[in-house]
Amino acid sequence: MTAPHEPIPGTTIFDGRMAMKGYPLNKMCYSFNEAAARQEFLADEEAYCAKFGLTDEQKTAIRERNALALLAAGGNIYYLAKFIGMLGLNVQDIGAQQTGMTVEEFKAKLKAAGN
Amino acid sequence: MAKIVGGVTTSHIPAIGNAIANELFEDPYWKPFFDGYPKAREWLAEVKPDVAIVVYNDHGLNFFLDKMPTFSIGAAPEYQNKDEGWGLKPLPPYPGDPELSWHIIESLVNDEFDICSCQEMAVDHGFTVPMALLWPDQTQRPVRTIPVAVNTVQHPLPTPARCLKLGEAIGRAVASYPKDLKVVVLGTGGLSHQLDGERAGFINKDFDLMCLEKIVDEPEALAKYSIHDLVRLAGAQGAELILWLIMRGALGRKVSKVHSNYHIPISNTGAGLLVLESAA
Repeated sequence: MTAPHEPIPGTTIFDGRMAMKGYPLNKMCYSFNEAAARQEFLADEEAYCAKFGLTDEQKTAIRERNALALLAAGGNIYYLAKFIGMLGLNVQDIGAQQTGMTVEEFKAKLKAAGN
Repeated sequence: MAKIVGGVTTSHIPAIGNAIANELFEDPYWKPFFDGYPKAREWLAEVKPDVAIVVYNDHGLNFFLDKMPTFSIGAAPEYQNKDEGWGLKPLPPYPGDPELSWHIIESLVNDEFDICSCQEMAVDHGFTVPMALLWPDQTQRPVRTIPVAVNTVQHPLPTPARCLKLGEAIGRAVASYPKDLKVVVLGTGGLSHQLDGERAGFINKDFDLMCLEKIVDEPEALAKYSIHDLVRLAGAQGAELILWLIMRGALGRKVSKVHSNYHIPISNTGAGLLVLESAA
């Protein structure tokens, strides 16, 4: 389960090591497929995080809506997307947050890739 | 005898589902993307397939990390779309073809591919967005469907070479089915994109254009990449190219290109469309 390749800057390969680390966090995010779960989280975030056994690192990252910290804590983008979507954010909002840009700057960067 | 008449590759980004729901077809941001699709629809209207095999990746609707199969094939009479958590309204269900599904599953296992067979399977935007792009009328379901879900969530992912071979095995399976059926194969996802990390927003237009060209006549050239190569060259989610390679493998050696389109960006993605016809 060790990475057999040269690291790719700014990229975490979601392998077995990360999947084990992030399991409770991803399990909580997976639950957000259900409307009732989303309501329960929004009504009492701390209790909901505790119910899934999130680590302190994961709880902090959830509390702070910090995408890079969520990834470092083992979050997988496919499941995190449900948390992000529940907050009314999209992948461009999160792309901007992760790259330290404004959303407009991030969109312009993507557009420039087409030239 | 059943025959694969051709295939379509298309992006499956959730934002497309939102744009369809909001009818943004003439919106300046969306128009160059949606304008690619009428030709694909015309081709489908001409060939009139009975069944679509839809190769996609589940994004955490049907599968979770408790059990993560590499290759899963639906064998259900119908497939439900469900709430994915962020507000895409679920679409009406898609009819299946369990008899053909089981034939394919048996044939693949005989061919040494280990398949997770699913008599119930919820299909997410990876499946529904391509279907909605190609058959926009949601009150009609003119084709039966067979979902083929491939793990792109948790590494290790199946290699591009393995995926091309799986496609070839699907091609053999369909060709050995005794009923007269016309089958199309959809390869969804891609092209280059990365959603996570400091490298979010990475797009590689040169690589995408090369893939759109090579996959027509030289898919083996793309099958030489490792998954790590794909992540490096096409972004973390650009590894979805393996879904296109399954489609391409299923079509047999000789194909002709009917239509293609490429546009940057749709959401965070280099969006590719390709319509290929199998040799007669």
